[in-house]
Amino acid sequence: MTADTSTVRSRGRARSDDPEKSLRANPAKILIGIVGMVVIVWFLANLFLAFGYHPEWFGNKIVIAILAIIGGVGGAALLFFFLNMFIEGLPSRLSQGAIPYAFILPGLFFVGLMLIYPTFQTINYSFANADSTAYVGLANYKTIFGDPEFWQSILNNVLWLLIVPAVVVAFGVIVAVLSDKLSANGEKASKSLIFLPMAISFVGATAIWGLVYAYNNPGQTQTGLLNAIWTAFGGQPQTWLQIETAKLNSILLMVILIWLQVGFAMVLLSSAIKGVPEDTIEAARIDGAGEFQIFWQVVIPQIKGTIITVFVTVFILVLKVFDIVYVSTNGAYNTNVIANLFFNKLFAASQAGQATAIVVVLLIAVIPLIWYQIKHFRDEEANR
Amino acid sequence: MATVTFDNATRQYPGNPKPSVDKLNIEIADGEFLVLVGPSGCGKSTSLRMLAGLEEVNGGRILIGDRDVTNLSPKDRDVAMVFQNYALYPHMSVADNMGFALKIAGVDKAEIRKRVEEAAKILDLTPYLDRKPKALSGGQRQRVAMGRAIVRSPQVFLMDEPLSNLDAKLRVQTRTQIASLQRRLGVTTVYVTHDQVEAMTMGDRVAVLKDGILQQCDSPRRMYDHPANVFVAGFIGSPAMNLMDVPVTDGGVDLHGHTVPVAREDLTNAGKHVTLGVRPEDLELSSDTSGIPVTVDVVEELGADAYIYGTAEQKLLEATGENAGDVPFIARVDGRRPPEKGEKIYLKPKPGHVHVFNAESGLRIGD
Repeated sequence: MTADTSTVRSRGRARSDDPEKSLRANPAKILIGIVGMVVIVWFLANLFLAFGYHPEWFGNKIVIAILAIIGGVGGAALLFFFLNMFIEGLPSRLSQGAIPYAFILPGLFFVGLMLIYPTFQTINYSFANADSTAYVGLANYKTIFGDPEFWQSILNNVLWLLIVPAVVVAFGVIVAVLSDKLSANGEKASKSLIFLPMAISFVGATAIWGLVYAYNNPGQTQTGLLNAIWTAFGGQPQTWLQIETAKLNSILLMVILIWLQVGFAMVLLSSAIKGVPEDTIEAARIDGAGEFQIFWQVVIPQIKGTIITVFVTVFILVLKVFDIVYVSTNGAYNTNVIANLFFNKLFAASQAGQATAIVVVLLIAVIPLIWYQIKHFRDEEANR
Repeated sequence: MATVTFDNATRQYPGNPKPSVDKLNIEIADGEFLVLVGPSGCGKSTSLRMLAGLEEVNGGRILIGDRDVTNLSPKDRDVAMVFQNYALYPHMSVADNMGFALKIAGVDKAEIRKRVEEAAKILDLTPYLDRKPKALSGGQRQRVAMGRAIVRSPQVFLMDEPLSNLDAKLRVQTRTQIASLQRRLGVTTVYVTHDQVEAMTMGDRVAVLKDGILQQCDSPRRMYDHPANVFVAGFIGSPAMNLMDVPVTDGGVDLHGHTVPVAREDLTNAGKHVTLGVRPEDLELSSDTSGIPVTVDVVEELGADAYIYGTAEQKLLEATGENAGDVPFIARVDGRRPPEKGEKIYLKPKPGHVHVFNAESGLRIGD
């Protein structure tokens, strides 16, 4: 009896205490949180400094790598643990609002450090001289705008942008639609083959296509696939990547990127096509539409979102195209593109000012596209 | 407008040993509302899709009017279909959805607009013509799907469970709207449903299918009063008909001492016992202990009436007392003096309201 009442009383007390307790600050938690964070940061800083200054303490590099992973991941986890404890110790009015920021801000800080700071530094350097030691005003911009190579690169980039994303999307749709009509095994096999190039690096792909476009003197055996075919039909062997007529060499380089990216487009578009409700297609069939009308008026509008996503993704990739040109022609024979021009200016010609100015021009060109992509993404989300 | 004829129409899916629709024979008159009904997997949707041209016909023929459409593509059949999930084009406005078939057919824009507006008026969709399907409620989407069919003024309407995605109240409301709309337009309609209440209330005639085979095709009244076999008897009607095996005696069948008269010539080939069917509303309480003994499990009072859910013994032979087990039994009684739960009551069928079926084949015996 007495025991009963006492438990009831203590329970009642605990209950009445709880809300107030969570409202008030908890100094112990705050203290442990702060001390914990300081200790972790101090320990991690020393650990990573030790990696740099006294590698001999750890034996070999593999030990360092493993310790770095454990220290980095575990340290981050502990840091957040103590941060969380610190926040929870605050009065509830404060901690409720502060928790999301506590977890987002460190991430935002690193994004800022790795992305935003370099961006502004690049803009800053574009107004400075070749080794970024003095400001030269708009001189870098004047130089690059007066450089025919720059305009040639811009023209090439525009051509790449006009041709590659559109062709990639078109091929992606065609392959997705046709493979959808195959048997299950045929679909798997053909999709795998078309997706395979995605796994090849740009440099590797360019090396492979270098063999396709290779040139041997007339009379010799043509080891290049294209020349082998060309001579088999009675043509003279051609130095394909030197033919500037109608930008043929640039187009041949674009083929490499298209070959690499069609698989990616196909995978996304194929799943979108499979997501089109079968009954809308049947309804269109009953409404009297032919297969082409169904494709253009019922299927395509329903996968429009995916088409735009693929298009923009490839578009951004093309803006950054560098490896293919660098490995194949290094910009010779009027095949240069902005990224390669930038690379040569920065590392070959040691013109940091001009190089950063080129990047800034590229950056400004990309902004509307990124804005469109984000807007499109938001609309898609809103429609979901 | 046209008649529709299924002439031994058969559909067998590859790799399936049995046909999904087996030699279906139905003749649908011009302007008739025919309902295909049956449990899931009975082939009713397949039959409809065969008529639409969405499903291949492996045997027999399908005619619309005098035209053999068996091998025609859907667009050449002049039929319009309302799908279960409505199949609205999500990227088009309501008006474009409704006018799509006309646009494909090359009708000029003003004419399309006029016909869409007319249909929208009939279906109360005028304020929504510029909306996308996503911005409509389920009932409105259903009406757009109807509108898409109406706008075309096709020879035949095909409806594949168009009400199954609506809530109960809206379903009842829309049911009447569709039926009256069909009567007004006078377009031959084939309507598929698994709901026998929909079938009974909407159809001029109802065709019951089971396992791909047509069981009976009759008016709802006739179907209710003269089910052709045990399956139809149990499927049509709510609550379902009571079915039990009973022994044959002189001049009829024996219900625990109460003889239900059945014409002698009908029973000659029936064997020792038959399946007796009685609808819940065709039963009355017996004044003595003859009749079907029923132990009351649940009493559902609905005001004027009360439904008794209980169990009845199936006694095959009175003499030996052989018991074939208990069967669930439902009876409608006067709502003012219903029996108590747990009570044992004796029920007799009203004279002339019994259905007798062959116990082996399940086919109806007599009229």
